[in-house]
This record gives sequence, structure tokens and C-alpha cells, in this order.
Amino acid sequence: MEKTALNTDIKKEQDKAQELIKKQGLRVLVCAGTGCVANGSMQVIEKFRELGADVAVLSEQDKMTTVPTGCHGFCEQGVLVTIPDLKVTYVKVKVSDVEEIFESHIKGGKPVERLLYVDPMTHNHVMDDEHINFYAKQTRTALKNCGNIDAESIDEAIAVRGYEALYNVLEENDPDKVIETIEKSGLRGRGGGGFPTGRKWRFTAANKGGKSYVVCNGDEGDPGAFMDRSVMEGDPHKLLEGIAIAAFAVGADEAYIYVRAEYPLAIKRLRKAIKDAEERNFLGNNIMGTNFNLTIHIREGAGAFVCGEETALMASIEGERGMPRPKPPFPANKGLFGRPTLINNVETLANVPVIILNGADWFNKMGTETSKGTKTFALTGEVNNTGLIEVPMGTTLRQIIFDIGGGMREGKKFKAVQIGGPSGGCLTEEHLDIPMDYDNLIKAGAMVGSGGLVVMSDKTCIVEVARFFMNFTTNESCGKCVPCREGTKNMLAILQKIVKGNGTMEDLDKLEELAEVVKAGSLCGLGKTAPNPVLSTLKYFKDEYIAHIKDKKCPAGVCKALKRIVIKEEICKGCTKCARNCPVGAIEGTVKNPHKIDQSKCIKCGACLNACPFKAIVSE
Amino acid sequence: MTELKSSIDFTKIDKILSDYGYEKTNLITVLQKVQEVYKFLPEDAITYIGDKIEGLSPATVLGVATFYAQFSLEPKGKYEIKVCDGTACHVRGSLPVLEAIKEKLPMENGKMTTKDGLFSVETVSCLGACGLAPVVVINEKVYPQMTPEAITLIIDTLMKEEGR
Repeated sequence: MEKTALNTDIKKEQDKAQELIKKQGLRVLVCAGTGCVANGSMQVIEKFRELGADVAVLSEQDKMTTVPTGCHGFCEQGVLVTIPDLKVTYVKVKVSDVEEIFESHIKGGKPVERLLYVDPMTHNHVMDDEHINFYAKQTRTALKNCGNIDAESIDEAIAVRGYEALYNVLEENDPDKVIETIEKSGLRGRGGGGFPTGRKWRFTAANKGGKSYVVCNGDEGDPGAFMDRSVMEGDPHKLLEGIAIAAFAVGADEAYIYVRAEYPLAIKRLRKAIKDAEERNFLGNNIMGTNFNLTIHIREGAGAFVCGEETALMASIEGERGMPRPKPPFPANKGLFGRPTLINNVETLANVPVIILNGADWFNKMGTETSKGTKTFALTGEVNNTGLIEVPMGTTLRQIIFDIGGGMREGKKFKAVQIGGPSGGCLTEEHLDIPMDYDNLIKAGAMVGSGGLVVMSDKTCIVEVARFFMNFTTNESCGKCVPCREGTKNMLAILQKIVKGNGTMEDLDKLEELAEVVKAGSLCGLGKTAPNPVLSTLKYFKDEYIAHIKDKKCPAGVCKALKRIVIKEEICKGCTKCARNCPVGAIEGTVKNPHKIDQSKCIKCGACLNACPFKAIVSE
Repeated sequence: MTELKSSIDFTKIDKILSDYGYEKTNLITVLQKVQEVYKFLPEDAITYIGDKIEGLSPATVLGVATFYAQFSLEPKGKYEIKVCDGTACHVRGSLPVLEAIKEKLPMENGKMTTKDGLFSVETVSCLGACGLAPVVVINEKVYPQMTPEAITLIIDTLMKEEGR
């Protein structure tokens, strides 16, 4: 097919943008993602700018520019300051540290050691990202630019090849070839389901002709996952470019990005990015001089987890209650406003420009047989390095938790890892070495889901975690399917009974039975997967359930109702202090004789524990 | 149609409705904007919107308003405290933080706002700031790595500012 002549010269634009960046001189990258902003990065940026502008000492060639970037992913160490030219990353930077960095390192060439990252395993100070295990062991494609560019500047995006893929695609003017490339790349939906992306595109493109839509699912509702937030905040243009390429491929001229209202920063940056891209004619009418038009709208969600389900999400865009409907008809045939609709998740679409630029083969060389490319995971919980990571599919849990994650926090013992949020399951020590991909995780009783990884230690109560997730799905069930609405409620009631110490062994059978009913009788993914956290913990941690039921004990010491506060008779001196401090009069005893706690009255407030001068009172 | 008598100034709602073209599909956005004005969705506003947008009834609007967690039918406090109870925050101890808040700010049964209208408290399921767990947000400001002691101090400061 003949190439289309475009009125934009992307190479020239790139040169111009790179020239602008060169003029910035020394780039001081300060993370301005949600996490770092909470830790005060805006003040840090201001201070750097103040110092940089003020000093005439810095001649034109060693001018410095402070760049607020998107999320670096290493939120816990925020505020993060990276100066690539000096090969340094500073962690936990406060406003009061800025002057020292400036004087000592930027001007004096001497790094500020106390602000360097300390490896939790070796206790060594580490200079830069290449040597921080958290970064060194990752492969970043979707997140590549997050943290390296000013998320609010379109020039910075262009300088790192932003919109080049869109340019190439428009120049070639062959939508079918685009779909072929995506098919060949092996990209699968990153929102959880893992449906082959190319196939979805092909289905939608088959209905070309009339009005059709692209919808980007940014309703990242899984508690514990924040990769989509990072992409939207840190590299919004990449997402817009991915949407534009998708729209071109399937023949859509209107797109919606559905973003959670809980992500105000992401919404703000996307709005700006859309405006900037329209000004450059990378979006809007006759994009780059072709006859391809695309308008992108932003819709703010209103706090309903079920809206992550595609048919519910579309109902929500249409202004209705976000309740799923049966499929078929699939969105590809009858979606938003009854028109053919392609609906993809943020991370999926962020992978598209990179695949177009580097080719399908480059992408499908990464990963496993059935799951290609990289996947982002939100690593949280009881590990030393929490944050957002991106690794090739097939990486093992051990590599993630112990290499990238830097091992368990405070020397705690690894017990389990919860993958995939409320739809996923808990995996244990025996799963640490399986290569993680869509299919292996399903086999093990969990799922990739959106990629939340919550690491749990021996101080985490598994039954309580199952209760937590069930509580979540019960609240978020939209109520359409009775098995989900009532089943999750009853499963939650049983779990509550167990954590309170009132469970019976029959309850465990009932739990399993209910789980099957909920799974079989629900329309959408929320209900179909809601029992997973319970089923997987029952499978791997049944003894912990039994301990709650039979021994009335919580092995992790978390469940308050099962806690017992007792006085050790051999240590008690009979000083009566505990009895005087007890708010409910549960402690009996006479002076100089060992006291005793009446368990039926005790409310486990711990007042006696703190009052005892002889450490004779313990919680067990 | 009978004219609605209400303490609410409908001109503000009219402005929002016309900004969004009285479109049925913009209902959620309209409700978000109205909530920004009043800090909650007054019943009269819901009825009004249901009457004004073609193809909707007050019942449908109420149905939408009650479906989404973001919408509140009761007034929220001057300080909206959101305690994140996502997985990461939960595992790292968000519940003791919530308990400390509830102890500090006693509320009537079933209510989420203090009697003086100063504070409202709710849990949210994930703010996406998991690296900072447990997180509390008060009026858009994010407070990282909270403990029961830290949140008590923060509330004390806010109360002092308000002269309580």
C-alpha cells in the first residue's frame, strides 16, 4: 500500500524536543507522583528551582533544570530525586536536604552519602538506579518513561519517541497491518482477563463502517494495585498514543477514558495531555494531515468496583447504574451506545506504541510460551521495597519478593502472597519458584488479575485476609445476580463468625458449598471470582481456619476476639495496679496475692498490660 | 408540574445542567458537580435533576446516586477524612488508625459526620498510594504511613485551628 504524506515531520519534532531538553542543562528529576507529593515533593521542587535560578555561578553550559516527573514506582522511599548526569538517585529527600544536595553534589561534585539508598540485605549505600536492586532487576516497557520525563510536557514525551508509532501507523495507512502486528506480538489484556488483544481488535474492526468507539478502562479498583494510575500520571501521552493507534486500527473516531475519581492527579494530567496533543494535531480532526479524526473524552468514575467489568463500565459511561449485562452481545458488536466498541485496559494500551516501534518479534521474545511481554505488579505488604515494578512474564515470585522486594520487612517470616486482589488467591512458599504468567497462576488457584501483589508474613492472619476480601466483594457486589449478592453476604457472615471464635467445622463445608454456588451463578467476573480468596486460603491454610475454630486461637495473633490477656501467677506480686486500671472490673484478687482476669468480662483493651510494673500480664 | 419549594438555590443546578446539555448520559458528571457545590446530594436536588433531564425520573437519579460510593445523601463534614482500607493499608494496620479516629471523634450510631459538622469519616477501598500504607486523606491532602498516634495529633491540630 502506498504511504500517505503527512503534514507533520515527526523526526523534526523529535530533534526540536531533544534540543529543548539539551538546553535544560543538568536535569534534576523529582518524582511528582501521588506518593511523593504526599511526602512533600512539590516543596522539594520549589527549593531546587529557587537554588538553580538564583545562582549565577552556574554558567550557561552547566545550567540546571528541575523536572517534576511521574511516579518512579519506589513510593516508599519518596521523595525520590534522580540526577541522571551525575548517576545518582537520592531517596527520602526533604526540603531541608535540598541545599546540601545542591551545594555538595551539584556544585561541589561530592555525593551526599546519607541520602543514598541503603540496600536492606547488604546495608551498603547505593548510588544509582542501575545498582538499586529494586530497579536493576526490572524490565520496563510500559513504565519506561515514568519517572524520566516531565509528565506534563508534550515536548518531553516527543523527545523520547512519543507519537512516532502513531506517525508510522498513519503513514503506512494500513489498519489491518496494525492489528496483525498486535496479534503477532502475543499481547494479552493486562486488566486481568488476559484475552488476546489483537483478537479483540480484529473482532471490533470487523464491524467497521458506522460509528464505533474505543474505551480505555482506567477504573483501577483492585485494592492494592496502582499501575494504571502511574501510567496515567507519569506518561499520559503514551496512553493517548496507544488509544489513537487502537482507534485507527478498528476505525473509531471517538474514545473515552474512564478514570476513577480517586485519582485526581491522573485526571488532571490526562486533561492537559489531551489539550496539548490536540494543539499539535496529534489528536482531533485530520490528525497529522490525514483523514483520521479522534476525539478523546474523560469520564470520572464515581466509586464502584464493578465498573471495572466492561459492560458495567459502559453502562456507567452512559450515565446509568454500573451493572453488568450478559454477553453476548460482546462490546465488539454492540457496546457503548449500542455501537461496536473496543475496550482495553490502560496498561494494555500503553504497551501498543512500544510494540509498533520495536516490532512484534521484539515483544514476543519476552515472557513465556503463552504470556508475552512484561507485566507490571504493585508490590506491597510486608516487604522491604514496596512499589511498582515491571518484569518479564515468567519471572518467579522469589525473584520479585526477595530480589526486587529486598526480602521480608523487619526480618519477618514469609507466609503467603496474595495475587490479583479480590479476584485472586493466596500462594505459599511452594509456589515461589513457578514462572508467573496467566496460565500458571490460574493453575495454582490465583490469577494475574490487575497485578496486585500483597506479601504477608507470619504476623498476618490468613482468615482475616479472606474476611477482608469477602467484605470488599460483598460491599461491591452490584446486586444484580442473587447468588453473588446473597452468597457473598453469607460467606462473609461465616468468616466473621470464625474470626470471632464462634465458627464450627461444618461452617468450612458450607463456605466451600457457597463458593461453588456464587461462582456458578454470577454473570460477571466480580461474582465468578469473588470466592477465590476463600477457596485458595482454604486450600493452603486450612490448619489456620481450624485453629480459629477448634483451638479458638489466631496463630498470627491478629484476631482481637481470640486474644486472651492473662496474668502469670508466678510473676504477679499482687500490687493491685491492674485491677485499679481495668475499666470493666474484670480483674479480681487481694493485695499481695496473684490476681486473675475474668475472661467473660475482659474487653481486651490492654490497659492492665500497660499498667503492670512487673510484666506479669501477657496477651496470647 | 408543581413548582418545588426548597431551601436550595436551583440556579446553581440549572447552570450545571445546561453546561452538560441536559443530557441523560452526563448524569454522573452532573451529580459530581452538584455534590461539589453542596458537599452532598440534597434530596431536593435529586428530584429536581430527575424532573429536568428528559428521559429520567427522580427515582432513576436516586438509583444512580445510591449506586456509587462517591455520592453521599447526607452532609459531609468540613474535613472529609478518608481512611484507605485497601489491601496494602489493611495489612499494614489501617483498622487501628480508623479506631483511633472513631475514638477521637465520637459519632451517633450509623452517622458518618460529627454533630458539629466539622468532620466526616469514611473508609475507601484503595487510593493507589499503596507504597505509603496505611494512608489517610483529609480534604485531598494525603497523609502517609499513619499510626493511631499520628492521626490523633493531626485531628488535634485541625481542631485547634477551628478553635475547639
